[in-house]
Amino acid sequence: MLEIRNLNVEFSGKLAVRDTSFAVQPGESFGLVGESGSGKSTILRTVMGLNATWNGSISVDGQDVRKIPRKQLAKMVQMVFQDPYSSLHPRYVIGQQIAEPMKINGIANPERRTAELLELIGLGAKFQFRFPHELSGGQRQRVAIARALALSPKLLLLDEPTSALDVSIQAEILNLLNRLRKELGLTFVIVSHDLAVISYMCERLMVMRNAQPVETLTREQLRSGAIAEDYTKALIAAA
Amino acid sequence: MSVTPDLVVDPKRAVRAARWAEFKVFTRRFMRNPLGVVGLVIVVLLLFCAAFAPLLATHDPYLPSLTDRLAAPSATYWLGADELGRDIYSRILYGSQLTLLIVGLVIVTSAPIGLIIGAVSGTVGGWVDVVFMRITDVFLAIPKLLLALAFVAALGPGITNAALAITLTAWPPYARLARAEALIVRNSDYVNAVRLAGASEFRIIVFHVIPMCLSSVIVRMTFDMAGIILTAAGLGFIGLGAQPPLPEWGAMISTGRKFIFDQWWVATVPGIAIFTVSLGFNLLGDALRDLLDPHLRQRK
Amino acid sequence: MSDLVQIENLHVAFRNDDGGYNDAVRGVSLQLGREKLGIVGESGSGKSLTGRALLGVLPPYARISVDRMQFDGIDLKSASPKLRRSLRGGRMGMILQDPKFSLNPVMTVGKQIVEAIRIGDRRISGGDAKKKALGILEAVHIREPERVFGLYPHELSGGMGQRVMIGMMVVREPDLLIADEPTSALDVTVRTQVLSILDELVTRRGMGLIFISHDLNLVSKFCDRVIVMYAGRIVESIEASRLHEATHPYTRGLLSCLPQIDGSLEPLPVLNREASWAGAA
Repeated sequence: MLEIRNLNVEFSGKLAVRDTSFAVQPGESFGLVGESGSGKSTILRTVMGLNATWNGSISVDGQDVRKIPRKQLAKMVQMVFQDPYSSLHPRYVIGQQIAEPMKINGIANPERRTAELLELIGLGAKFQFRFPHELSGGQRQRVAIARALALSPKLLLLDEPTSALDVSIQAEILNLLNRLRKELGLTFVIVSHDLAVISYMCERLMVMRNAQPVETLTREQLRSGAIAEDYTKALIAAA
Repeated sequence: MSVTPDLVVDPKRAVRAARWAEFKVFTRRFMRNPLGVVGLVIVVLLLFCAAFAPLLATHDPYLPSLTDRLAAPSATYWLGADELGRDIYSRILYGSQLTLLIVGLVIVTSAPIGLIIGAVSGTVGGWVDVVFMRITDVFLAIPKLLLALAFVAALGPGITNAALAITLTAWPPYARLARAEALIVRNSDYVNAVRLAGASEFRIIVFHVIPMCLSSVIVRMTFDMAGIILTAAGLGFIGLGAQPPLPEWGAMISTGRKFIFDQWWVATVPGIAIFTVSLGFNLLGDALRDLLDPHLRQRK
Repeated sequence: MSDLVQIENLHVAFRNDDGGYNDAVRGVSLQLGREKLGIVGESGSGKSLTGRALLGVLPPYARISVDRMQFDGIDLKSASPKLRRSLRGGRMGMILQDPKFSLNPVMTVGKQIVEAIRIGDRRISGGDAKKKALGILEAVHIREPERVFGLYPHELSGGMGQRVMIGMMVVREPDLLIADEPTSALDVTVRTQVLSILDELVTRRGMGLIFISHDLNLVSKFCDRVIVMYAGRIVESIEASRLHEATHPYTRGLLSCLPQIDGSLEPLPVLNREASWAGAA
């Protein structure tokens, strides 16, 4: 579904991602764990084309992302941002924001699908006429998820989807994501600094530090303590 | 999946209702600022005077009456008469039309020009940004009044030319302002989100960046109006704006200057008019800034 | 032992758009000895406002009412702004979530610490103040104090900035330290270090500490006593060691909705908020 080989991303002379490779199978949920500055979010943004300068190869669904037209890529993969307080446009009502991707891509009857999406993520169609500032953080993040699903992508990149939320809301969002993955047959790549969240959400994970991968583990390895690297052990101990 | 039909049928109306509710909250917060309300009242009064000048006026503003030259304020001439015996009260009323005309002309030209240049510049970046901003810098470097003077001198005096001349010097601050907002907005996640959906740069600028620049542009606009009124009056005063016999306030002060010690009302009344209207726009601008400026909005 | 801090029936309210007032803190009472007290709650529960009200740093448009607020026998309710300011500079300190906002960006770290020392002791000589500042940097486990002394805040990492901030606060040897989410912006590995420094300072100097956080597990590991706040009220107050015996459904809900590394993969239990929680305390 997603394959990344020898990815290097440079920001003003400094490598933000160094020689990183991994592959995500269809239907899988893959986690990227690391502390701030480890480059995990940069990988997601690079896949989405938000970073212009990188080298290596990224392919989605077997196709090189450099060769996929932007609108087509938009229908294959979407991203949910970390901070729901800054990822919704403050001047538009929720319904307009969810419909926007469909309008851009000329999908018929966006209003009807917006209402359906709002039901799907558990808010209800009546929310489409609210402004973001009338919603709580958890509700906003649901809206951001609905917007990401508007074009029915099969691959969803989630950048710290719950780290700006309260723990009780985090549980709701994680449950929602798991349900959506099952119902819609999605593939997830989840970035988080929280090993517990990754262990709960992902079948496989990659630990990153200082812009490069430390090791790749399965959930079973993580849980049984079959860990090779000291850094990973330190992360678990501190969690 | 059950979707209540009436919510899908007319989304436009529902969106309008949501915006209306927002506006009502905004009005209520505005009403809590007494000085802002004073400003608003002055501005509304100005609009009212301009709209109903023919009904409110007691005399023909252009008709001289040599027997009443420089008459003091009285029951016939509420605010006195000028050196040709024309009623100052009526001239002030008609003058408000000219003032609004100039302000209107300048605002509808300079604000959109500045907004578009700034938003494009900030969003697109790169060489477009460099070119646009250097042009802006050039215009900012020329003293305002001087450029307006040169322009009017070249094209000849008159209201439209005065307005054009002021526009020429008024748009660069809007461009700067809009660019600064656009620079923040273009990297925000909500713009990234529509970018990821495949939106074109054009769509991003028009539908997502410009709405975010609007509030600071509107605030700036209200503040600018006072400045525009003063510049227009200044041009009128030195004879490069509205031409006689038009009852432009600056030109009225200019003619009243000669009699200021003996017939003070000829120059003072239009002066008070300019002062009041400028103050009104400034008070209104201040109140709007308190409500709209994102940097001041944190207080809850 | 007399209580260091006593608060009775604290209310904090903010104006809403309708011109009325919304209560953000509703009748909070608490006592603090020379111990580590954790205040836990979700955003909007009023936990930070409680800390700020005690320090006297709420914005001027907040409406505060309290029956009794005492700090070491001093009545804060009737204290003059001047007295409260001097208390803040000396006997009470606060550590905020992000050190970037609480350090002066155009002054080196060293200068700021020296200044803090001299505010507390005006007669100290420049050389002694510097020596003391370096000592403090060492006490908060900064490896090269001489080098860090000359750095500007933006040159520090998050963890280092937070340690400097803690250093600046404890240099005045306050009796009470209020830490508002001091580790939330930090990576997990750094967090442990910062917490152990705080613990060491509090224990050694016998300070009272109010630790405000959203992280129930962290607080229960670190503090002696935990207060759980919900919608501006205290719903439960419990010894940290007996947190697992908590009875209030909100506290229990908070504990169970966290995923664990080796936890079940079943859907996480979700809090069903009941209106009664926001009612009587």
